Amino acid sequence: MKKAELVIVGGGPAGLSCAIEAARLGAKVLVIDENERPGGQLFKQIHKFFGSREHQAGVRGIDIGTKLLEETAILGIEVWLNSEVVGISKDKHIWVVKDGKTSLKVEADKIVLSTGAIENSLNFPGWTLPGVMGAGAAQTMINIHRVTPGDRVLMIGSGNVGVIVSYQLLQAGAEVAAIIEAAPRLGGYGVHTAKVRRAGVPFYISHTIKRALGTDRVEGAEIVALDAKWQPIPGSEFILDVDTICVATGLTPLAELAWTLGCCFQFVPSLGGFVPDHDQYMETTVPGIYVAGDIAGVEEASTAMEEGRLAGISAAAALGYLSGEERERRCGEVWDRLNSLRSGPYGEGRRKAKELILSTEGGIACDRAI
Amino acid sequence: MARVLNHIILGAFPERRKVTITVDGVPMEAFEGEMIAAALWAHGKKDLRYTKKHNHPRGIYCGIGRCTDCVMIVDGIPNVRTCKTPVKDGMVIETQKGLGEWKGGTGHEES
Ligand SMILES: Cc1cc2nc3c(=O)[nH]c(=O)nc-3n(C[C@H](O)[C@H](O)[C@H](O)COP(=O)(O)OP(=O)(O)OC[C@H]3O[C@@H](n4cnc5c(N)ncnc54)[C@H](O)[C@@H]3O)c2cc1C
Ligand code: FES
Repeated sequence: MKKAELVIVGGGPAGLSCAIEAARLGAKVLVIDENERPGGQLFKQIHKFFGSREHQAGVRGIDIGTKLLEETAILGIEVWLNSEVVGISKDKHIWVVKDGKTSLKVEADKIVLSTGAIENSLNFPGWTLPGVMGAGAAQTMINIHRVTPGDRVLMIGSGNVGVIVSYQLLQAGAEVAAIIEAAPRLGGYGVHTAKVRRAGVPFYISHTIKRALGTDRVEGAEIVALDAKWQPIPGSEFILDVDTICVATGLTPLAELAWTLGCCFQFVPSLGGFVPDHDQYMETTVPGIYVAGDIAGVEEASTAMEEGRLAGISAAAALGYLSGEERERRCGEVWDRLNSLRSGPYGEGRRKAKELILSTEGGIACDRAI
Repeated sequence: MARVLNHIILGAFPERRKVTITVDGVPMEAFEGEMIAAALWAHGKKDLRYTKKHNHPRGIYCGIGRCTDCVMIVDGIPNVRTCKTPVKDGMVIETQKGLGEWKGGTGHEES
């Protein structure tokens, strides 16, 4: 069986930043990712990032991804691609399926889970028809596979994902018939919302989808207005002529591996739901298992990278590459940056939610007996 | 559905070898290495499988290998996630009905 000091599951911005940090400190790192190339969501993000300049705002996600890959290569970090982690035992044996057919096992001293998040679905009559898909799926299709999901799209959800993917659908040559939002106000950052509005896409607030039309594929969508109590207003229905319906109603941490490892969880709606409980070093309630990035609470690539660094420093220290004092100093620096990222009207709520996780002991599904 | 040939930020469609795959017995042109599901959608085929109980069609839902909506029979092996399986020359692809039928190969190697 292969042995590795530190195995990082998921090579997105969190996992790669973690790998770079730990490798620089001397740890022997293995990154395992299920895709053809690492980078996670970054290679789908062709827009200029939000945030402050010191955190690479104004730089496109794809360019941040390229930089991370370069650093990973320079440091000679081992990366397994097309490799899915399908299980981890409590004694840190990792079961990997490579290329969809080869079974491999790895024994790790420390493990970082940086598996990201999964899109929430929305159930309405017709939601399983071909043509209804996650907004992230549409983004993957246009920016990675270079195929538009359809000609005329309805976007459900006006948050950042909804408006950014809408704009990218326009850039790919599709038409966006409308963006609907159940809440009485729009959810995305002003810059991105304004870009889509300027392009002429209509927004409907206090509206939701009633059903998708079509038998073999989407042929339209019935929309309905909602009253102040979020109840459908009879008679307000109308049909939109679309062949694609994209669902952008938030993300949930992708944490199955943490569940099966027996990690404790906390339910934090503002971070996407059930989040593996962790301390300020990103260690979960199972010793030697760390989390970083969207799995530890759905946020942004900028925070994911900083959390990856925290996990990398902590794991390297636990492996003996850093003194306790040096770990404190380095983690403190990262925390200063994280606190500045989690400020302002959009960040404050996330900072408070994160503080809650750090200050609460335990949570649900505790399995401390391991 | 159409291929995004010229993209304002990503540039021209990446150069790839044209190959031929067979979809439900009909030859179809695709690019080597692109995801099977993407190639099929580019040709307007959106129903990738039909469910066991109600025979309802399914297409691409998550696009990243999580939901299994897109599974098809590829070279005799059922339940292959076509959104994350790259096209190879000569591949034989079938729309999957229900749980599909195992037509050969173990599909699995131990190492
Ligand atoms: C439309 C959109 C726009 C965005 N815009 C911005 C922005 O402007 N600025 C910003 O800062 N952030 C933005 N984000 C958010 C950002 O993309 C994410 O927060 C960030 O990618 C999270 O990083 P991560 O490393 O935690 O997860 P991911 O990037 O999701 O990486 C996780 C990786 O792990 C792999 N993986 C998962 N499970 C396994 C397994 N079992 N085995 C092997 N591999 C596995 C996944 O395939 C993936 O490659 C945006 C997101 C979206 C969807
Ligand atoms: S579309 Fe979800 S697994 Fe392929």
